[in-house]
Amino acid sequence: MSDQPLDLAQLEKPILELEAQIRSMEMDPSQTKEREKLEKKLEKLRTEFSQNLTDWQRVLLARHPKRPYTLDYIERICDRFEEIHGDRRFGDDAAIVAGLGWIDGNPVMIIGQQKGRDTKQKILRNFGCPKPEGYRKALRLMKLAEKFQRPILCLIDTQGAYPGVDAEERGQAEAIARNLLEMAKLEVPVVAVVIGEGGSGGALALGVADRVMMMENANYSVISPEGCASILWKDSSQAPKAAEALKLTAPRLLDLGVIDSIVKEPLGGAHTDHDRAAALLKEAVVEAFGELAELSAEALVEERYQKFAKMGSVG
Amino acid sequence: MSWFVKKRQQKIAVEERTVRVPEGLWIKCEACKELIYRAELQNTHNVCPKCGYHFRIGVEERLTSLMDEGYTTLFSDLQSTDPLHFVAMKAYKDQLKKLHDAGQDQDAVVVVEGTLGGHPVVLSVMNFDFLAASMGSVVGEKLKLGAERALATKSAYLIVSCSGGARMQEGTLSLMQMAKVSAALAKLDKAGIPYFSILTDPTTGGVSASFAMLGDLNVAEPKALIGFAGPRVIEQTIKQSLPEGFQRAEFLQAHGMVDKVVSRDQLKDFLKACLAWMMPERV
Repeated sequence: MSDQPLDLAQLEKPILELEAQIRSMEMDPSQTKEREKLEKKLEKLRTEFSQNLTDWQRVLLARHPKRPYTLDYIERICDRFEEIHGDRRFGDDAAIVAGLGWIDGNPVMIIGQQKGRDTKQKILRNFGCPKPEGYRKALRLMKLAEKFQRPILCLIDTQGAYPGVDAEERGQAEAIARNLLEMAKLEVPVVAVVIGEGGSGGALALGVADRVMMMENANYSVISPEGCASILWKDSSQAPKAAEALKLTAPRLLDLGVIDSIVKEPLGGAHTDHDRAAALLKEAVVEAFGELAELSAEALVEERYQKFAKMGSVG
Repeated sequence: MSWFVKKRQQKIAVEERTVRVPEGLWIKCEACKELIYRAELQNTHNVCPKCGYHFRIGVEERLTSLMDEGYTTLFSDLQSTDPLHFVAMKAYKDQLKKLHDAGQDQDAVVVVEGTLGGHPVVLSVMNFDFLAASMGSVVGEKLKLGAERALATKSAYLIVSCSGGARMQEGTLSLMQMAKVSAALAKLDKAGIPYFSILTDPTTGGVSASFAMLGDLNVAEPKALIGFAGPRVIEQTIKQSLPEGFQRAEFLQAHGMVDKVVSRDQLKDFLKACLAWMMPERV
């Protein structure tokens, strides 16, 4: 690794070129042997790629334009999903999707931030940055799940809660704060998975859970590396350094006790194979709900309290 | 018989001809103005096949479209007593008698119990043909009894609303029905029993400001008019014309009040799935 971290496109270039070469050989049976050799080489490249990522490169990977988003996961892990809209207060925030889902026939409330793939979708989804009505929708549906004794799955993927005049007018801070308090009281199992970006309070507002997991290349941080760099280094181009310093990757947060486990991604990142990424996520989620199903409502709430009560480090 | 005898053509009275055509064989869509063959409309749950406009449907049709076979009607003997001896241009008592004589003997709501997709439910359907489905004492009482029935039998409760609001002819007693029905729903809420509000065209006034907005899920039919004050009242008050789509179901979904707009042909399947999600597995 050079001192100057490569950007993701540069890093992925040899992999993509090799993939294209293999695809071009697929139709020609006489080249089968050669192709198999190249496929082995591709796997090796991907492994190296995954193992040698700097923290900053992992941040870029979590923002990869082809990375699976909440709805990509939902459509792969659910037998059926009925989206439910609105906060019954002000509006329906498309930056958060929520609804009744069934995983292997079991009812689950699923809530997650949703980013957009193309320009039109990005605008509709407000780049995955929720407003107060999004958090209030999430809370309303968590309460609905609690009423009917159904577990809750939160998929976290946001740069952060939307910083805007209208969001402040409607109480962005109050909406996030309310979720933290109410989620601590929920008498049903809650599992949260950071699938991409875990941007500060806007992420935590869906993150007070009995099991908090992160996808292998996801990040979870108090501030974006760029934001941190521009404040503490007075220079946002120092983001790679800030990414390192903030310890925002899954392995580092596992060491710090912020998360409970890491969900493996396909070799080379979740964007290389959405189906595989979803299968790995589903496996981890189903296992967690299986464990939590054993606990009484009181035990769930008390253990959740203990889990968050011991967060932090004091000398 | 001569070849050239001119046969007198039988005269056919024009009137007679028109009478032979069954009335209303064709119907004009109120939204897109297309002519639709009425029989076709029956296959589409009274939804315009051209533009998706949802025609208002009667109570019977609503019941059969949602309930499984073999439901029973409840509380059908309750009648209004005209407690205020109310007389406007017409006497309320006469209006009620006229409706009763025309076969409208259940006031403005019908309550049934049975199953929906196999799940036990109590379903109340409001009847717009009875004084614009306005809510007086009988409507409130039947809706409350329906909720209590659902509570006692641990059935889900569903109300299909459409209404002009509280019934003026019963004064403040009508207003109080809003509180009465809402209080009954609070009991269901506490007991963890699902309550679905299904809002249809039009749901306004005191009905929208009470049980119609209180569902665990609020589901609306496409383009249904839903609001507290009617659009004409608003226009007269603010002296401005209202934007296209104002107070329609989609507008309410965008503003967070309606959880989902579901078309009529999907409604039963959607409700069945949600009931399965909410109700405890039966052993």
